[in-house]
Amino acid sequence: MSGDGHLLPIASNADVVAVRRQVRALAVDVGLSLVDQTKVVTAASELARNALVYAGGGRASIEIVENGVRKGLRLSFIDEGPGIPDLALALTDGWTTGSGLGLGLGGSRRLVDEFDLISAPGKGTTVTVTKWAR
Amino acid sequence: MTAHADATRRRVHDLLRAEEERILQRWTDLAKTSAEELRDLYRALRLALGDERDDLADVRGLLAELSRERARQGHTPSDTARVVFCLKEAVHEAVASDGSAEALKGFIWFSRLIDDLGLYTFEVYATAREKIILDQAEQLLELSTPVVKLWEGIVAVPLIGTLDSARTQVVMEKLLQTLVETGAEHAVIDITGVPAVDTQVAQHLLKTVVAARLMGAECVISGIRPQIAHTIVTLGIEFGDIITKASLADALAYALSRSGAEISTPRRTRIAVRTEEV
Repeated sequence: MSGDGHLLPIASNADVVAVRRQVRALAVDVGLSLVDQTKVVTAASELARNALVYAGGGRASIEIVENGVRKGLRLSFIDEGPGIPDLALALTDGWTTGSGLGLGLGGSRRLVDEFDLISAPGKGTTVTVTKWAR
Repeated sequence: MTAHADATRRRVHDLLRAEEERILQRWTDLAKTSAEELRDLYRALRLALGDERDDLADVRGLLAELSRERARQGHTPSDTARVVFCLKEAVHEAVASDGSAEALKGFIWFSRLIDDLGLYTFEVYATAREKIILDQAEQLLELSTPVVKLWEGIVAVPLIGTLDSARTQVVMEKLLQTLVETGAEHAVIDITGVPAVDTQVAQHLLKTVVAARLMGAECVISGIRPQIAHTIVTLGIEFGDIITKASLADALAYALSRSGAEISTPRRTRIAVRTEEV
């Protein structure tokens, strides 16, 4: 199902809104419930904004995935920013190097079914999340 | 070298002066526009070229005006740039009939100058566009954040769409200003029209509520739909002691009962309070 991939740039607040809209449209296509739609859209919003605020921008890829019976939405947020030195600390609620609430990364992990965070200092950050339709 | 370059330039300038009527006529034909539009521009350009200081400020001013005027008439920026580029062809014909090597060399220099000027009209067009977009964004910002009075002492802010920093700023300012003007003690922030509440939106909401509290007003956040409640809990956002309600009606009933308890209101109000129990 790689033909369903959408690649979007994240360079401004308007792009975050565009990512959110695209994710919502595809979440409806996949058949996610209203609650799950809202959850995955919110996670996308958090992760896209992280890429924008902490890495100065990046890109998002959105694809529809299938595992036999279920359909799902897989989102990747890729940036070439400074990277995260301590992943466990970054995922701790309330911890932030910026001025936000410090809930974005940890909260996003709880909003989705699968969460994969790859990052190292100076190597950028890639977050891949998947939400399955029930 | 410079003396030589000066000579070629002077040759072009002489041509522009000697053949003014013919070049202008040809330019008008090629550009398919009126001679009046181009005459001033041509004169300004000729004078600027004759001037030692190479001062193109006047020419640029006229070009900017031309670009704006044509944009208003619905011409594309390419059209406008093409009008400027047509001068090259008109002058080239004059240069060709003159035939001297100096004039030909001068034409290369002149051609580069016209390229710059043509691109300048593009720049003016883009800048004008950008300004329109900025103005519209600002207008939208103003439009999209009304503060409405629901009852004596109760105001509401119905939020619709994306809540970013700029909008929150406007919402906050407007709400606080309205609280001062109306002396309202209750404010309802309705987020029914906000599609997703992420940590940034929540943070903005919390700040707005705290600011309103500092001014002595009590805030209720309404329009928390089931999916939003779910998401907020999962994200781990704490709204603390801020009152939240599912619908605007609930929030109004709450605010009415609160203000009813604090100040003595006529019986009419109590009828409205009773609707909450239904």
